Amino acid sequence: MTSEAIPVRPVQYLQAQMRWRWSEAAFWLATLLPLVLTPNYLVLASQIAITALFALSLDLILGFSGIVSLGHAAYFGVGAYTAGLLSKWGWGEPLTALVAAAIAAGLFGYVTSFIVARFRHLALIMITLGIGLVLQEAANSAGWLTGGFDGLQGIHTWRIFGRFRFDLYGYTAYGYSLAGLFVIFLIARRLIHSPFGLALRGIRENGLRMPAIGAPVHSHIQTIYTIAAIIAGIAGAMLAETTETVSLEALGFQRSADVLVMLILGGTGRLYGGLIGAVVYMVARDQFSGLNPQYWYFWIGLLLIAVVTLLPNGILGGLAHLARRLKVAS
Amino acid sequence: MPPVFGVLFDGFAYGMLLFLMSVGLSVTLGMMNFVNLAHCSFAMLGGYVAITLMNAFGWPFLATLPVAFIAAAAASVVLERIFFRRFYNASDLDQCLLTIGIVFVSIAAAAYIYGTDQQPMQLPPYLRGSIAFMGLDLAVYRLFLIATALLITIALVVMVEATRFGAQVRAAVNNQRMARGLGINVDGLFAITFALGSGLAGLGGALAIAMLGLDPQFALTYLIYVLIVVSVGGLGSIFGSFAAAMLLGFSDMAGKYYVPAIGAFLIYLVMIVLLMWRPSGLFGRR
Amino acid sequence: MQKMFYGLVGLAGLALAIFGIGPARAVDTIKIALILCYSGQFADTAVQMDNAVKLYVKQHGDTVAGKKIEFIRKDTGGIAPDVAKRLAQEAIVRDHADILAGWILTPNALAAADVSAEAKKFMVVMNAATSIITTKSPYIARTSSTTPQLNYTLGAWAAKNGLKKIYTMVSDYGPGIDAETWFQTGFKEAGGEIVGSVRFPVANPDFSAFIQAAKDKNPDAIYIWIPGGAQPLAVGKALSERGVDPAKTKVLGQDALGFESALQGMGDTALGIITVANYDYNHDSPMNHDFVKAYNDEAHRNPDIFSIGGYDGMHLIYAALQKTGGNTDGDALIAAAKGMSWESPRGPMMIDPETRDIVQTVYIRRVEKVGGGLRNVEIDKVPNVKDPAKARMKN
Repeated sequence: MTSEAIPVRPVQYLQAQMRWRWSEAAFWLATLLPLVLTPNYLVLASQIAITALFALSLDLILGFSGIVSLGHAAYFGVGAYTAGLLSKWGWGEPLTALVAAAIAAGLFGYVTSFIVARFRHLALIMITLGIGLVLQEAANSAGWLTGGFDGLQGIHTWRIFGRFRFDLYGYTAYGYSLAGLFVIFLIARRLIHSPFGLALRGIRENGLRMPAIGAPVHSHIQTIYTIAAIIAGIAGAMLAETTETVSLEALGFQRSADVLVMLILGGTGRLYGGLIGAVVYMVARDQFSGLNPQYWYFWIGLLLIAVVTLLPNGILGGLAHLARRLKVAS
Repeated sequence: MPPVFGVLFDGFAYGMLLFLMSVGLSVTLGMMNFVNLAHCSFAMLGGYVAITLMNAFGWPFLATLPVAFIAAAAASVVLERIFFRRFYNASDLDQCLLTIGIVFVSIAAAAYIYGTDQQPMQLPPYLRGSIAFMGLDLAVYRLFLIATALLITIALVVMVEATRFGAQVRAAVNNQRMARGLGINVDGLFAITFALGSGLAGLGGALAIAMLGLDPQFALTYLIYVLIVVSVGGLGSIFGSFAAAMLLGFSDMAGKYYVPAIGAFLIYLVMIVLLMWRPSGLFGRR
Repeated sequence: MQKMFYGLVGLAGLALAIFGIGPARAVDTIKIALILCYSGQFADTAVQMDNAVKLYVKQHGDTVAGKKIEFIRKDTGGIAPDVAKRLAQEAIVRDHADILAGWILTPNALAAADVSAEAKKFMVVMNAATSIITTKSPYIARTSSTTPQLNYTLGAWAAKNGLKKIYTMVSDYGPGIDAETWFQTGFKEAGGEIVGSVRFPVANPDFSAFIQAAKDKNPDAIYIWIPGGAQPLAVGKALSERGVDPAKTKVLGQDALGFESALQGMGDTALGIITVANYDYNHDSPMNHDFVKAYNDEAHRNPDIFSIGGYDGMHLIYAALQKTGGNTDGDALIAAAKGMSWESPRGPMMIDPETRDIVQTVYIRRVEKVGGGLRNVEIDKVPNVKDPAKARMKN
């Protein structure tokens, strides 16, 4: 009659979550496939990897902590311009530029987190949107620094470790971005499957109740927001380095909106949602626009409507739902 | 009168236009918590309907306005039946995704049917030109816009404050569960309110052509301004939308006249400051 | 869990599907990658350019020097230099494109220039107007115009034609700032005085405040630079509402103020507006009349500056290919392109052998009522105008 309530011990729960599933390992092995199967698409693949990293950073604040941001590209852009400016001013070493970008984006994220941590719902969305738009206008006005509309010129990325040049085919670019994505993913994964990560999910579910169990809501939100800003900055820097271009749209509203769409598409709060969403959206966009350059967004719109109708809570959410139904049925 | 009043008058008209386009979204968002990012697609639809009637069928401008209203309202009813109603209980993010998909489809459809360039439109002669008033030049069209918007505002306020329907809407906005518990048909109410709001957006779109132009990107370009009005004004509040639209129209114009260097920023800074002061909006609840 | 498995399967499936799509390379074809912003807010410019490209191929056939011409069309979606660069790379690496053509927006062109230089591919810029573009790769030639070329000429003309005090207003981004700099340089060097200037935000729907501020300064003329789209209409509206009479205060601008859709929307308030451009469909030459007629038959609208950039770009490609006998080597093609001159529907034009940039006649036009409609009527012209920015860079 009554089901036995099995008490779950937090440590065991977290340890169980941390264990690698064979499907995760398979996913990462599959990311090596483009190097072998589709070498003509490596440049696209590297941009997908960078966008996936950006989406991951948004997932940390949106999916896990419930902070909806329409201005996340601000940190991406800050990172991109930092790396770009460093290179323009003579220091083109990629890895140290990533560190510099992380610091710059992290600082900006920390400062803005004071505002962000105090608001929820629509006010938060609009404030983050406003911050992003103000930054975009400021970057446009500071054309002497950012290159304005034309974009930053004179970026030249040095070889990685002095050996690997960024080639026309994109082998180095993809290897670099994939490595970056993987390393940061590991860090994010560890972060999420920790007491801190659990506290974040608690804040997402019921922020009012969390202080009652002793969780410092404001400081947690500020911490994760800063971390997400750092990761977004690193992604931006990687884009600047691999494409040797930076322009205003790196911190623009379009980019913020796109990454939000990709994350929702893939499924929030599942770590892999941003990655899957980025892959599906960018591949679909590339294929559709290749087939129909003028009206491809019609098909993308249909894709989004189809996914949200058939797969609630994103692709991964819908698949999880299906998997549960299959398990119950079997 | 110093010329700044001419500028403020223009800002007032611009604010009225924003109000017409935004009030529908404010009420539906406040009532059902349904994030309809496709709201400006209805405005765009109204605009294109008006243009088609004028250019292809030679209708006079004023006659196209009610049709724009009805067309947008009808389209919203169709979409609501087919799509939106399945998503009332879905997460905000899913609603975003759905409505963004609809926006993309609508932009592509508009580009396919009407082409990507600006739609040319000639106002009827009695709406062109300016009237001199106390040393200022007041554009006739802007006066018309202000008059129309004020009439509609009065009608809306009367409807909401003085009719049974309005009382039910207010109840549903304030506490949906309670309203259902009292036997109010909230879903039906929402369908009607949604149609009304979308119709107003369509009307706003038709009125906007002569001031803001019309091309397939309209649905996205003005979405940001509409969201600003809705969030600053407060969800579910007509007065709020009115006040926010006025504030934004004035500050935008005054900012550009006095300090053009920050003209672009000002509207966003004003929004950020107001939201930090009043996160629920000027007249929002809670 | 199974969810990850499905995700993995999907991913692998997509990868395999992509692998399956890959065009084979035929030996005797010349592939031209046409990379434009087909979607997004600049979509109309791409439509006009593509119409002209299609017209040219229709008129001149799709075979040059014994080889077939094939187009690979790609969409950048608007301002997206990273995408533009990737599309250029993919066109060369995946689709084996021989020539990179199109390029409406400057940031995209600048990003792709790197690819052109590295892969040594001939690149024809058919619209983007910023001066430095041609300096970014030795394989670039341009067939449109440059912002300094047009605006410096207008500034000098304004001073020589009795305008002494001018107030300038431009959109606050690259091309607008460029225009402002060169107009003011041209005007001041010819003896004029700039009484004030302002830059408006790019996405500005209402110009009333700015026009009023300009009027307060009481200049002989107001110079306005805005991009196309909805803005010319809004400017026209603000001009008439704020009571700026073009007979007393002249209004000067670049082509966008004189666009067909702008004139239609502005109506009679546009009369008297003076603009500078390198092309208008009303240009009175037999070649242009034929071109406009053929264009209308194909595209059911009149050609504009984007069309002529595309049309002449195709002419340059075809002529260069004929000169090299079908050899698509970058060095051969750019050598063939240098110094090439021909008569275009816009007038005479040449590719400067030193800078590989466009040298053409610049027209000053005024909006007048012709046969019941508003048209840009040529009132003056300056032939053989080179890009002044690069000329000064040398010294």
